[in-house]
Amino acid sequence: MTASLNNRYAILAALAVVIAILPFTFPSNYYLRVASLVWVSAFASIGLNVLMGKAGQVSLGHAAFFGIGAYAVAIGPAHLGLPSWASLAIGACISGLLAYLVGRPILRLKGHYLAIATLGFGVLVALVITTESRWTGGPDGMPVAKLTVFGWRIGTAYAWYWLSGAFLLVGAWIALNLDDTPTGRAFLALHDSEVAARVVGIDVAGLKLRAFVIAAVYASIAGSLLAMMNGFVNPDLAGFQHSVELVTMVVLGGLGSIVGSIVGAAVLVVLPQALTVFQEYENLMLGFIIIVSMVFMRDGIVPMASKLIARAR
Amino acid sequence: MLAVKNIGISFGALKAIDDVSFFAKEGQILTVIGPNGAGKTTLFNVISGVYVASHGSVELDGEDVTSLAPDALAARGMSRTFQNLQIFQRMTVAQNVMVGRHLKERRNLFADLLRLPSVGRQNRETREAALQLLDEVGLRDKADVLAGDLSYGGCKRLEIARALATGPRVLLLDEPAAGCNAVETEEIDRLICRVAEKGIAVVLVEHDMKLVMKISHRILVLDRGKFLAEGTPAEVRENPLVHQAYLGNRGAKEVQGA
Amino acid sequence: MSEFLQFFFSGLTVGAVYALVALGFTLIYNASDVVNFAQGEFVMLGGMVTVFVSAAGVPLPIAALVAVGVAVAVGLLLYWLAIEPARGASAVSIIIITIGASIFLKGAAQIAFDKQFHKLPSFSGDAPINVLGASVLSQSFWVLGGTAAAVLVLYVFLEKTLVGKAVLATSANRLAARLVGINTATIMALAFGGSAGIGAIAGILVTPITLTSYDVGTMMALKGFAAAMLGGMGNPLGAVVGGLLLGLLETMGAGYVSSTYKDGFAFVMILVILFAMPQGLLGRRTVDRV
Repeated sequence: MTASLNNRYAILAALAVVIAILPFTFPSNYYLRVASLVWVSAFASIGLNVLMGKAGQVSLGHAAFFGIGAYAVAIGPAHLGLPSWASLAIGACISGLLAYLVGRPILRLKGHYLAIATLGFGVLVALVITTESRWTGGPDGMPVAKLTVFGWRIGTAYAWYWLSGAFLLVGAWIALNLDDTPTGRAFLALHDSEVAARVVGIDVAGLKLRAFVIAAVYASIAGSLLAMMNGFVNPDLAGFQHSVELVTMVVLGGLGSIVGSIVGAAVLVVLPQALTVFQEYENLMLGFIIIVSMVFMRDGIVPMASKLIARAR
Repeated sequence: MLAVKNIGISFGALKAIDDVSFFAKEGQILTVIGPNGAGKTTLFNVISGVYVASHGSVELDGEDVTSLAPDALAARGMSRTFQNLQIFQRMTVAQNVMVGRHLKERRNLFADLLRLPSVGRQNRETREAALQLLDEVGLRDKADVLAGDLSYGGCKRLEIARALATGPRVLLLDEPAAGCNAVETEEIDRLICRVAEKGIAVVLVEHDMKLVMKISHRILVLDRGKFLAEGTPAEVRENPLVHQAYLGNRGAKEVQGA
Repeated sequence: MSEFLQFFFSGLTVGAVYALVALGFTLIYNASDVVNFAQGEFVMLGGMVTVFVSAAGVPLPIAALVAVGVAVAVGLLLYWLAIEPARGASAVSIIIITIGASIFLKGAAQIAFDKQFHKLPSFSGDAPINVLGASVLSQSFWVLGGTAAAVLVLYVFLEKTLVGKAVLATSANRLAARLVGINTATIMALAFGGSAGIGAIAGILVTPITLTSYDVGTMMALKGFAAAMLGGMGNPLGAVVGGLLLGLLETMGAGYVSSTYKDGFAFVMILVILFAMPQGLLGRRTVDRV
């Protein structure tokens, strides 16, 4: 699916409108917090979609980068005296660098080997975070300093709503930009036929690595935002289950569809919140969603919806 | 231009290619023929870097390119098509060819991520070049059709256009006319001749003997991975070893008697 | 020396459990090319169901049988409801489905049982046995013996029975197997059921030593997978060898190197194998045809 120029701006405009109008429909601050959570998760999901949907790779350990970003803004101010926004940037750099180093050997693998390798990587990172408790506060986590920008503390629900919404718009814009570019075409080529892509001169290994790094940086920034928003981090943010949630958001929404990532994030964030009565049923529900969406809606919600609309015309 | 010397590759105990050598000159069409299982596609895969040769060498214009990966070979002017079609199904016909121009484009990740104006300009240039190539293979009017929706013959021509987009000096075509009807085959053979006229060294694998005899300058015959014969079409047609390989002993005697 | 032997037996014991999980993986992978993440949940079910059923007054051996039965039923349902409908999906999609299934089963266990740790009594009492100066739990012998028996039964089944050969045929080439009249759907269901049974047995055998709870499945699956990869994905002997080696590596590593990172050894192992020799110790290399 290619987004022509019109399409790209239309999507961004629609997104901006939704972000702008939504707060006026909310009866309380609680909804603002949920929406902020959706924007942040969507940001991470968009990055992962570049890797999975556009470049056709898979990462079952992506929460590792999310966790690195989250803990960066916790550790930076608390242990190193760094300001929060600098810690966010540093976290993103660390994630990018780690993705670059680990990505080269890992991305040589394919199919389920790649899936397992990324899974192993993710679990290892989560393990380190859980174990190095002097820095990370161990399994119970640690508090996170509030974000201050030029002396202003970003603490209210409204502030976080607008900030996370803004980040989402920029993140979506960048990802959408890729489509009609040499890099974007190279991604699609790689996804459709890796051997043909190579024969045409595309440095496939380098391309996969680039997608991996992009996805890692997105996840890291998302993690940092979430951590500062919540004021708290714990190792679950980097854990296997969270990685699975991120993948589900991408697949459920539609591989390769930026709008799909946002929809997927919305479903996976809102549904548990809506059913808080059934706290105990979280696992059951997540598992059910994953199975149903992968078996019956293999293409994802947004592509399926587009097909239905096209057929109805 | 392309020198293949003593190439060999084994899969386990099976010697798929055993000591094959040949030369391909610019502007010339060399066709590789042989009964099924002779190793023709395997030979292509070795030359184009998809498989790694067990021994032997491949030289491009004097430079040893034996162990290079396909993308490195593309940068040095080698291009190919695939027997079992490897077009990019989810892109349009034009985009398929545009991808072929990858090496000629300036690629800057940041420019792409931010969609700087230079990217838009370059897109237009690349599209123009792609459309020209589509014109040559007769697919211009299908430029914005999804590649997956193209007819089989159309897909074959699309692969050739994409291979040409890299600006190759050597073009390997793996059964470009396979599965095509008489009209499509005719178009493809004229296309191949035009390509050779531009000075590109064309190496072809084909089964369609009429096509082969008509357009080849030289023919290389393989049998069970080994070199069997090489020469002009006339020479190969009269070669008793070739008769034997294709038709068996009795058949060969029949042909020779005739 | 006795410390080394202690670690050795301990490692073999936990390795035997990994071997059984890996064997289950291998059986399913061979029959259907599916990497089944829910494998660990069968182990969990084996332990948890036995605990709860015997707590309800049922004698232990019967409870164990019930647990195996439940696991097998779950395995079959998993195949029919989640795997079969998704036939044709990519390998990665199916892995994600099995991950979803494992999370679902974990959630179901959480609700049906509870979130506590549970123990089963050792089969032949708690008194440790002295072997060459090392103090070995009697349950360890049950685990090792049970594993050996399961491996033997599986071997005989696959090599010597007609149905077993059908499984091997299905794993070699599914289409060809169908063409010769093998009902591959039944075979695959059988593989899922069988793996579930093996997993449940592993769970029952090891619960007296390691305890069980609703979420032991995930780690178990990951480690069993590491073991299968180490031995060579698809090779039953490899699964056993891989499992035992992993158990030894983990225990020795925890004992001599770092006990806090005990769980990490399996994952470092996965990465090392995938980078250095993806086909594992006993597997075969394959080439893609273009």
